[in-house]
Amino acid sequence: MAARVIDSSGLESLLTALRRSGYDLIGPTVRDQAIVYDHVSGTDDLPRGITDTQEAGHYRIEERSDESLFGFNAGPSSPKDHLYPSHDELFSARREDGRIRFTATVHPNSPRFAFIGVRACELAAIAIQDRVLLGTEAVDLGYSSRRAGAFMVAVNCVEAGGTCFCDSMGTGPRATEGFDLVLTEVTPGAEYVIETGTSRGAQLLASIESLPAGPAEEQRVECGISNAVRQMGRRMETDGLQALLVDNPEHPRWDQVGDRCLTCGNCTMACPTCFCSTTEDRVTLDGEALRSRRWDSCFGLDFSSLHGHSVRASARSRYRQWLTHKLGTWHDQFGMSGCVGCGRCITWCPVGIDITEEVAAMRGQVS
Amino acid sequence: MLPRSFRLTAKSQETPDTFTLVFEDPEHGEVRFRPGQFMMIYVFGVGEVPISIAGNPHKTHDLILTVRGVGAVTNAICALDPGMVVGARGPYGSGWPLAAAKGRDLIIVTGGIGIAPLRPAIIETLSRRDDFRDLSLIYGARTPTDLLYKDDLLGWESSADIDVEVTVDRASSEWWGDVGLVTRLLPRVRFNPPNTAAFVCGPEVMMRVVARDLTARGVPTQNVYLSLERNMKCAVGFCGHCQFGRDFLCRTGPIRSFHDLAERMRVDEI
Repeated sequence: MAARVIDSSGLESLLTALRRSGYDLIGPTVRDQAIVYDHVSGTDDLPRGITDTQEAGHYRIEERSDESLFGFNAGPSSPKDHLYPSHDELFSARREDGRIRFTATVHPNSPRFAFIGVRACELAAIAIQDRVLLGTEAVDLGYSSRRAGAFMVAVNCVEAGGTCFCDSMGTGPRATEGFDLVLTEVTPGAEYVIETGTSRGAQLLASIESLPAGPAEEQRVECGISNAVRQMGRRMETDGLQALLVDNPEHPRWDQVGDRCLTCGNCTMACPTCFCSTTEDRVTLDGEALRSRRWDSCFGLDFSSLHGHSVRASARSRYRQWLTHKLGTWHDQFGMSGCVGCGRCITWCPVGIDITEEVAAMRGQVS
Repeated sequence: MLPRSFRLTAKSQETPDTFTLVFEDPEHGEVRFRPGQFMMIYVFGVGEVPISIAGNPHKTHDLILTVRGVGAVTNAICALDPGMVVGARGPYGSGWPLAAAKGRDLIIVTGGIGIAPLRPAIIETLSRRDDFRDLSLIYGARTPTDLLYKDDLLGWESSADIDVEVTVDRASSEWWGDVGLVTRLLPRVRFNPPNTAAFVCGPEVMMRVVARDLTARGVPTQNVYLSLERNMKCAVGFCGHCQFGRDFLCRTGPIRSFHDLAERMRVDEI
């Protein structure tokens, strides 16, 4: 279906139509002075006229001079928080008739999410998590059920933030796959070019009022995306990156970054692709045992514990594990990079460690 | 991902802190496995740990595990009494590559509880002894009291099919055997290095030395297989804990060739 144009009431109708179809809308909204993904009910909940400034270890929201609804970049949360929540029950167990009866926690009524305003880098991150959690013989049931029902309304970025480098990673700023509908905000807060990615997206679009997009509108989409490419705050050279990391476990830069890293794990929590988890077991007062999965971080000392010791005791070795996995061995394991260039790990690192700078330093391009 | 319920039918104490436990699943029956594979054992409300299968691969009705109590879950397993139940899922992981050892001399080198995942391999090789040339087992324990499978050892020692060499780190007054590292016993067993395969399981530092000595004697690095251990939560490649470089040891391990591992094993804290 050719591109169409909707106005702000068209966008409102779109969200209403999704809600009426039973979707739980998850979109960007302002909370605790950050733009996060949370439940929204309409365009009023979106961050109208708000933008963010991001740098290494720096995030602030501020007012824009216009009414843009999507005039900001990746915040601290990502769709991962809803598709692969930080805590998820796996099974319950009861002792019955001299055996343990295990019941997988199924998610029959798990909400059908419609994600509003998902960026290209985030769609790429979801594709990576699909590969990790659904792509082998084992399947994460919770992720699978939430993912299967999800509807994606993507947004093409027309501005880029200070820590963005999706252009380097080949994941953005234009959304090319993984969405049902994609919007480009061509007039801030007023006019959106909308394109379809799936038939259900097309069906939904057909149910709301829209006009055909002319060459002028399509030109403004291209201009916006080119603008975002120009504004990329960071870049990362990816040629030979896998080998660079895997072949240099003793590079002196690991000592240098290990001295700065607080091993707080913020980068892994904010990262839209980090998937590591641990398990928790508890027993309720009525004798039921519950097992759940909780996000874990390779920056934790317990993560590598073996016979009472940690295999990776030093900060140096834990940072090396994270970066080597993300940009190196991820390729061996999943046939793709684990980085989408969203810049969250740079922004949310309390000491401002910059993944692009670390790579450049490994290449000898930073003093 | 969901465990099956297993009942403990028999339990024997191997050493002060190590027990061999026999489980069965009356509802679903057998657990078929390849020597070297492991199960995830769940203790009700306590947690789950990976444990190598130590039983006879041809007697799959019984799930036999040898467990050393070192943490909350393994101590809870060791404290089970017959009739009590646990959860178990699996088997997981790569097995010992018996096909790669076919037609060759096979040396099995183990230290401590590392003999547990090799017990099924020893039973299997003895059951088709003609597939292999010289067969030897070198086994090291901390003290004579720490030796596992003493009945098996007596049987294997009296067999002409396998050369068994046992050593301890610290002897007691009634110990008449060898004292010292397992590598000291390598010159004593017969093998033709270029046509030898080795299965090694024990503490990582031991495996490193054994692999180095074997390859120095001319055993090809691709014929030396080690079973590595890392923290493991899920056994299906989701939790990320068992990564050893590019491998998720639960999925592409725990048994890998030294050829594949050597470079990574030189890196501290990998």
